[in-house]
Amino acid sequence: MLRGALRFGLGPGLLGRRLGTHRGGSTLGKAEGSGGCRGSGVSPVSSHVTFRTRGPGPRWEDSGSLGAGDWDGKVSEIKKKIQSILPGGAWSPLCDTSHLPPEHSDVVIVGGGVVGLSVAYWLKRLEKQQGAIRVLVVERDHTYSQASTVLSVGGIRQQFSLPENIQLSLFSVEFLRNINEYLAVVDDPPLDLQFNPSGYLFLASEEGATIMENNVKVQRQEGAKVCLMSPEQLRKKFPWINTEGVALASYGLENEGWFDPWCLLQGLRRKVQSMGVLFCHGEVTRFVSSSNHMETASGEKVTLKRIHEVHVKVDHSQEYQPVECAIVVNAAGAWSGRIAELAGIGKGPPGTLQGTKLPVEPRKRYVYLWHCPQGPGLEAPLVADPSGAYFRREGLGNNYLGGCSPSEEEEPDPGNLEVDHDFFQEKVWPHLAWRVPAFEALKVRRAWAGYYDYNTFDQNGVVGPHPLVVNMYFAAGFSGHGLQQAPAVGRAVAEVMLEGRFQTINLSPFLFSRFYLGEKAQERCII
Amino acid sequence: MAAPRASLRLVAPVWNGGTSGIRGLSRAVDPEGSQRKGRALLQFLADRFYDVEAVRGYLLQKQVLKVLQKNRFQDKEWMRPNGRGLSGELWKLREVPVEAVDASGCAINYQGLDNLLALRELQSLSLRCCPHVDDWCLGRLHQLADSLRELSLAGCPRISERGLACLHHLRNLRRLDISDLPAVSNPGLTQILVEEMLPDCEVLGADRAQSLKLGPEEQPRDTASSPIPA
Repeated sequence: MLRGALRFGLGPGLLGRRLGTHRGGSTLGKAEGSGGCRGSGVSPVSSHVTFRTRGPGPRWEDSGSLGAGDWDGKVSEIKKKIQSILPGGAWSPLCDTSHLPPEHSDVVIVGGGVVGLSVAYWLKRLEKQQGAIRVLVVERDHTYSQASTVLSVGGIRQQFSLPENIQLSLFSVEFLRNINEYLAVVDDPPLDLQFNPSGYLFLASEEGATIMENNVKVQRQEGAKVCLMSPEQLRKKFPWINTEGVALASYGLENEGWFDPWCLLQGLRRKVQSMGVLFCHGEVTRFVSSSNHMETASGEKVTLKRIHEVHVKVDHSQEYQPVECAIVVNAAGAWSGRIAELAGIGKGPPGTLQGTKLPVEPRKRYVYLWHCPQGPGLEAPLVADPSGAYFRREGLGNNYLGGCSPSEEEEPDPGNLEVDHDFFQEKVWPHLAWRVPAFEALKVRRAWAGYYDYNTFDQNGVVGPHPLVVNMYFAAGFSGHGLQQAPAVGRAVAEVMLEGRFQTINLSPFLFSRFYLGEKAQERCII
Repeated sequence: MAAPRASLRLVAPVWNGGTSGIRGLSRAVDPEGSQRKGRALLQFLADRFYDVEAVRGYLLQKQVLKVLQKNRFQDKEWMRPNGRGLSGELWKLREVPVEAVDASGCAINYQGLDNLLALRELQSLSLRCCPHVDDWCLGRLHQLADSLRELSLAGCPRISERGLACLHHLRNLRRLDISDLPAVSNPGLTQILVEEMLPDCEVLGADRAQSLKLGPEEQPRDTASSPIPA
């Protein structure tokens, strides 16, 4: 049987099954799940079966060895077993597995944040026939307490230097504008993203002015509405800015601003559930894969891997479920590097394709919320200073939130999400007070920290399949602009999975192979 | 300019036929209004079967697309009122720049604004009670910054204070009506902030609308303070 042929790579898996959950009824009498035919051979169709027949029944510890000695003991044991089978006893032929993911899924998406859910949405939307693809989203934390999506400042801008980034952001903004057509669920209220169309204002010093002009030219070519402002124009428009040291500013006129990421997440979640995507609360602990040794046309030996199973471990328990799958999508955000390691990416001599790791790691960033009674008014955009500090208005009560990216040497330890308030005093406030004199008198009300899924190679996302692990697709490493690109990235990854190539936006510069070839797709920043 | 300054009040056509359609469209975007018995059964089925949900979702999409179709500008079609009406006159006047547009109650949306933003000499724009004008649409108005003097957004259900923040591009604006906006969370505070943002502009807000409702005889008289007896 085809399934039997796939089982050859499962040596350790067989032992692992002892810890596993109750398996299907096929294991009657046979040794630990060769798992050929599950139960009655009926494969679940649309929704997964939440009850399964128990396998071996109550354990018979000394099955068969009715040798000498302790006959009375055995009789009492047999009596106890019979009593447990009868109604009213402890044993029941059905066990509840509703907390476990299904045994089979066509696509497993690791990570239920905005990027993972966007991939799930576009997969279901672009599939050729309704219900053709079964998608499972595995999310470790249903409260999203550490997820980058909900801890984000929520900004969206088209002011990038790479045309691909601009196109991604333009499509995402169109998605957000028409969100109630894309994510409409029958009988549910429409979504209110609380979008503030106030724009982004980037300030550049003398050194960065030429780069900014070139960037704006590229942005305008792609269709973004951005204008350049001189220091005099800046002073006239925003009198509260101190323009000393600013040679040029670029201001987004339309389709830029900030919105509520939690609303987008919930909207996607609701829509994706109504389209039939299955959710699982668990953690991916292992990939079971098979290897194929092949030769390229030029005679080089290469080992292609294919993932067959994803082991999903249930929270606070040793119970796990192996999910058979055809494709795995790595959308685990700050933890994508860890998931890639589990799949064996990067295990090889350094400098080769097998030895190229996914260079995504979590980096902690702080966001501070302060109150300033004389601060900028309703027209304030999200202002980004050349020093790296940024701020934006929050609400109507003269509250502002902002922060600053630390330099490489000052990177905080990403082990936890504790906030360092001294960082604000020493690194953020001086720049803010210099740029906006009103901020000399402010009071910090709240602060929090979140992770960037930071791509240490070139600070841009990784999208598309891995060249060697042929059925793992990446959608991670966006280094702080994942939220604003999520709808477009989801569509791009779904296109690659279903059609084999990018159709609407060509994200070839963001493929994994660039890490091996050394081709950086880097933003030209204006610092 | 040589042509006479005819302030064309272009009222969007076929409103009598269209109003029930507009209300119908508003219903499509506001499902709380549809709490009828038949819906309960459909909702029950939709919760349990993906196919029923898919069919209902498709019908909902079709309703929403009706708004898009109404906004497609096909040369003169958008301007054509019921019957023959103005179409002859309009053709003669097509060289005249349009100065004022009254699109009150119109089902204009983000795409439909393309038609209005092409009018570079527009001085007065009225978008009162337009059900589909929202914050995103206000973000587009910066293209009229050079000419626009008067803007009325009263009664639009989807405009909030976040959209009003991007009106600061309209530096020639002299009259702005933002009364009766149900989605604005704090109308008094919003009006103060908008007045600060647009110092040369007269902002009409919620309090004026309320004082109009009172009527002239009930207005508080400023001569009411009687002289203090010695």
